[in-house]
Amino acid sequence: MNNFPWLTTIGLIPLIGSVVVMLVPKANGALAKMVALFFSVVTLGAVVVMALQFDANSAEPFQFVESYSWIPAFGINFSLGIDGIALVLIALAATLVPVVILGGWNEAVEAQGSVKGYFALILALETLMIGVFAATDVFLFYVFFEVMLIPVYFMIGRYGGPQRSYAAVKFLIYSLLGGLFMLASLIGLYVVSAQITGTGTFDFTTLVGLDIDPDVQKLLFLGFFFAFAIKAPLWPFHTWLPDAAGQSQPGTSVLLIGVLDKVGTFGMIRYCLEIFPAASTFYAPVVITLAVVGIFYGAFIALKQTDMKRLFAYSSMSHFGFIVLGIFVFTSIGQTGSVIYMVAHGLSTAGLFIAAGYLISRRGGSAQLSSFGGVNKVAPVLAGFFLIAALSSLALPGMVSFIGEFLVLLGTFQQYMWLGALATVGIVITAAYVLRVYQKSMTGPLNPDCAGMKDLNGREITALVPIAALTIILGVFPAPLLNVVNPAVDRVMTTIGATDPAIEVGLAPIDSTVSEGSAE
Amino acid sequence: MTVMPAEGIFSLMWLLIALPLAGAAILLFTGRRSNSWGPYLGVLTVTASAVLGVLMLINMMDLPAEERTISQVAYQWVFVGDFSVDLAFQLDQLSMVFVLLITIVGALIHIYSLGYMSHDPDRRKFFGYLNLFVAAMLLLVLANNYLLLYVGWEGVGLASYLLISFWQYKPSAAAAGKKAFIINRVGDVGLSLAIMLMFVTFGSVNFSDVFGSATNASEGTLTALGLLLLLAAAGKSAQFPLQAWLLDAMEGPTPVSALIHAATMVTAGVYLIARSNVIYNNAEIAATVVVIVALITVFMGAIIGSAKDDIKKALAGSTMSQIGYMMLAVGLGPIGYVFAIFHLLTHGVFKAGLFLGAGSVMHGMNDDVNMRRYGALRGVMVITFITFMAGYLAIIGIPPFSGFWSKDEIIHAAFEQNLFIGLAAVAAAGITGFYMTRMIAMTFFGKKRWEDDVHPHESPKVMTIPLIVLALGSTFLGMALLFWGDIESWLEPVVGFESEPTPLPSSVYIVFTLVVVIIGAIIGWISYGRREVPEVAPAGNWLTRAARKDLYGDAVNHALVVAPTNYAARLLVWFDNKAVDGFVNGSAAVVGGLSGRMRRTQSGFIRTYALSMVGGAVLVIAALVLVRI
Amino acid sequence: MNPTNYVILASVLFSIGAIGVLVRRNAIIVFMSVELMLNAANLAFVAFARMNGNLDGQTVAFFVMVVAAAEVVVGLAIIVTVFRTRQSASIDEPNLLKY
Repeated sequence: MNNFPWLTTIGLIPLIGSVVVMLVPKANGALAKMVALFFSVVTLGAVVVMALQFDANSAEPFQFVESYSWIPAFGINFSLGIDGIALVLIALAATLVPVVILGGWNEAVEAQGSVKGYFALILALETLMIGVFAATDVFLFYVFFEVMLIPVYFMIGRYGGPQRSYAAVKFLIYSLLGGLFMLASLIGLYVVSAQITGTGTFDFTTLVGLDIDPDVQKLLFLGFFFAFAIKAPLWPFHTWLPDAAGQSQPGTSVLLIGVLDKVGTFGMIRYCLEIFPAASTFYAPVVITLAVVGIFYGAFIALKQTDMKRLFAYSSMSHFGFIVLGIFVFTSIGQTGSVIYMVAHGLSTAGLFIAAGYLISRRGGSAQLSSFGGVNKVAPVLAGFFLIAALSSLALPGMVSFIGEFLVLLGTFQQYMWLGALATVGIVITAAYVLRVYQKSMTGPLNPDCAGMKDLNGREITALVPIAALTIILGVFPAPLLNVVNPAVDRVMTTIGATDPAIEVGLAPIDSTVSEGSAE
Repeated sequence: MTVMPAEGIFSLMWLLIALPLAGAAILLFTGRRSNSWGPYLGVLTVTASAVLGVLMLINMMDLPAEERTISQVAYQWVFVGDFSVDLAFQLDQLSMVFVLLITIVGALIHIYSLGYMSHDPDRRKFFGYLNLFVAAMLLLVLANNYLLLYVGWEGVGLASYLLISFWQYKPSAAAAGKKAFIINRVGDVGLSLAIMLMFVTFGSVNFSDVFGSATNASEGTLTALGLLLLLAAAGKSAQFPLQAWLLDAMEGPTPVSALIHAATMVTAGVYLIARSNVIYNNAEIAATVVVIVALITVFMGAIIGSAKDDIKKALAGSTMSQIGYMMLAVGLGPIGYVFAIFHLLTHGVFKAGLFLGAGSVMHGMNDDVNMRRYGALRGVMVITFITFMAGYLAIIGIPPFSGFWSKDEIIHAAFEQNLFIGLAAVAAAGITGFYMTRMIAMTFFGKKRWEDDVHPHESPKVMTIPLIVLALGSTFLGMALLFWGDIESWLEPVVGFESEPTPLPSSVYIVFTLVVVIIGAIIGWISYGRREVPEVAPAGNWLTRAARKDLYGDAVNHALVVAPTNYAARLLVWFDNKAVDGFVNGSAAVVGGLSGRMRRTQSGFIRTYALSMVGGAVLVIAALVLVRI
Repeated sequence: MNPTNYVILASVLFSIGAIGVLVRRNAIIVFMSVELMLNAANLAFVAFARMNGNLDGQTVAFFVMVVAAAEVVVGLAIIVTVFRTRQSASIDEPNLLKY
């Protein structure tokens, strides 16, 4: 079974599904949805089977490796392979797609575009998401990275809210701009590899092994980092996100923020850190500053948002600050924390947006907090799921987001004590804005406009149960995540030549710098 | 100290937590289906835990003192690099008394709630939340490391949030819950940072590792740890300056106030500091700060309690003040830890009794909480009155009621440490006598001041039986623990105990304290028992007015934290829209504007195009020629 | 004869054609000027073929003639159609295709 092309298969299933969905007669929207759901569940099943065969302790950096020659003239191969980080992110994507299809069952209306088109786009996007995480050829990664924009552009621009075309164009141009810088760096990387080895290559493993001149690294790093910082989104490249999230359908937002944005942070670990270790160390202070600014900036603005979807977008920006912070402090605890945080954030975002989507569709499309109030009275199940997602967003201990957030903060604290302490203060503001949303929408006197609101039906509950269950189960028992992520992070740490700060264990006398720093 | 593996009945340690947790899960996830039998299941799980706890106590008493720390490891929970934390429980003498307090008082309050909440449509949820609370609180005291303790710490915070805002259709209840959670989060920052600092310093966050190597750390590190843990404790235990949430928390149903905001959760801060005693023993500054914070809170709570007309808020002020006593005791070091826990236990029982008594009164008074509309209830609520009196005598410290023994020990320890701390503790005891006398005088004595449609009546048995049990506890628990249970030597292996000589014999301090308390009580009686209580509160002096406003706790928070945060948030929203997004949209506008200008060159005249083509060709050729040269 | 002279002649013819395209307003004249430029190019091709002693330039000249013929067909058709609607052969008048 080891030679079975798992990744290609898993990537192809949703693509085939997408074609099949498009072949369904236009009048039969319900059938198209069923077909889409079927293919997404099959994909999830295949991912689970693959994950079970994943060997966490393998000595190889990548598993399920496949490679086919694509453009030999430029040393470009269609090569796939995953490490633990890519595996958990593929699993996240494969989990969220069926949830989004089920939760967004009625998101596409015939008036805006074909119903089946929306679901075909979701499946096509799934193929691309799997591809972008599985690619081990930098050029292939770039292709997936850019092509991914197209389905999302249509999902926002065709099926979104009143300002959808503005939001879609803003999203596309922002992302393309980042992508162009990345392309320039990519070509530069090829040229550098040709200079060093004689034959240019885009193969990731070969590129990691190259000893690139630090000054060249610093230039090439910027191109990649810029693209990823826009994607992530890092302050101050974030303004496309609130518009895109505010205008798109909740399902689109889930995939956009829950998975696509993770490509940015994934790219930072995989490409920025490993290919350009010297440059990463050089720029780390700047990146860390941006990340910490982002944590507070996003959180403060989220405090004052009145539109639920925009609020979640800003809160995500704050969370991405944590993720980037964990990556660039160069401790294994911080980086593992970041990967866990990515998964946790994907789950909590999915829960929040889907639950908010249910609310919004019941209120005729208004996402304003003032349109709600006292919903708990009429729709307690909806309120319950919303609360679980909200608590996951504020990283309640016992949920997987807590493990991610705590590890990020701990990793930061190890390296930069005062910065870690500062970032920890962010958890108070997070609690403030998350509970504000819950208070305004779910509690208090019942808003007369919400009086007839129905509670969730079976389909809607089915979409949210896996999210809530995973959030709690992985929080109590995170070993499945840690087992696969730890070796991958260790490899990254070795590649970039970083070591964890030493700890004065037990009987040894305490490091004087530590104690002096804390004595004040 | 050796840590023993869990065997025999102790291997069921996880069940202590799992039972109420399963109860909570069943009640909350089965929805309406469990409406009829749910509350009974809730009572059952906690009672089962209580029985299990008692069995463990009996078994533990058979063990030699040095083998009473028993640990059970479930599995490796979080492991990254050097950081490894188990999901593991530890039961020792300190945890044991907490387990019993939580489960037994918890079970009584569950039973009481069967009556108190009988008419509430959402009572299934209420019992679910209560079970969740008990599970989280047990996790807090049974965790064998700080990270797992943090899970319980936050879990009780969540349960507290849900229960304070249980009647969430009331905006005040929803706001109070949110406030409690956010202020607690401030404390959580302290706990998070303390855990991080421990890991960076010791490489472990297990209790045994940290305490075993604490003396190797520099005093600066330990002081920082002590202050951070104090911040956490102040948040959870409503100590100055994070005290503002507790009074608002009285928006929750009364059994919640009794269980969470009097007997158990608010004392978690005391547990945390007592548990971390090794750190405080080696960090004198931190211990001194604990004493200062505690003394401020003792007086704040007492003053607020003296001015409130709302019976629950008066009791809440009293709780603040009493927890201040416990914090004071833990701040005193090894001479105080044992007595802090002792007072915590007696207080847990008598304050729960007082709160439930207050709930019983409210139950008969159409949920009115204003003591100015009570009066002369002793005749109509005999059982409530008698049980309340037991709690009253216990809290003001009249021998032989249980509060006397524990408070007296704390005051004595304070005198051992420092004359001024001792005098302050005695003065606060005097105020306690005043406000508690005021409370019973306004509630049970004097003339009827009821509203016309109120027909006070005694509560049903399901409520009065827990009251009676708690009243018996208020009366005898102190003596039982001190003489029969020998609490000092029981807790000594965990928290340490030593005694210092005082300049005067103990009896002098006891008599002195009693005299002060009785003077306070007499002043209270003269002001409120002998005199007519006006139905509308008189204006009062500046201190009363300040105390009615919670000594301006909210105003200070608003001015120092809330207002600047709001201002910063508004500023950033403006900045984000105008500057950051303005730049983005501005660059888009620049491109748009430029293209608007440039397209004018497309005039439509063919010959213009031809000319530009020729011009371009000439330029290219010229360039080629020039380069060639 | 020196083949350079043919190249010079071609340059002169090309310039005349270019100036004609730029300064004349009548579409037919402009068209003829374009033809003149094409033929100037042809002349240059042939001259270069002669100079280099191979047939490449000759071949290209034939291609140019074919293209020129096709161009005449399309171009004249457009001019005639424009003239029919506007009663004018001025190339400055049809300027609707702008911005």
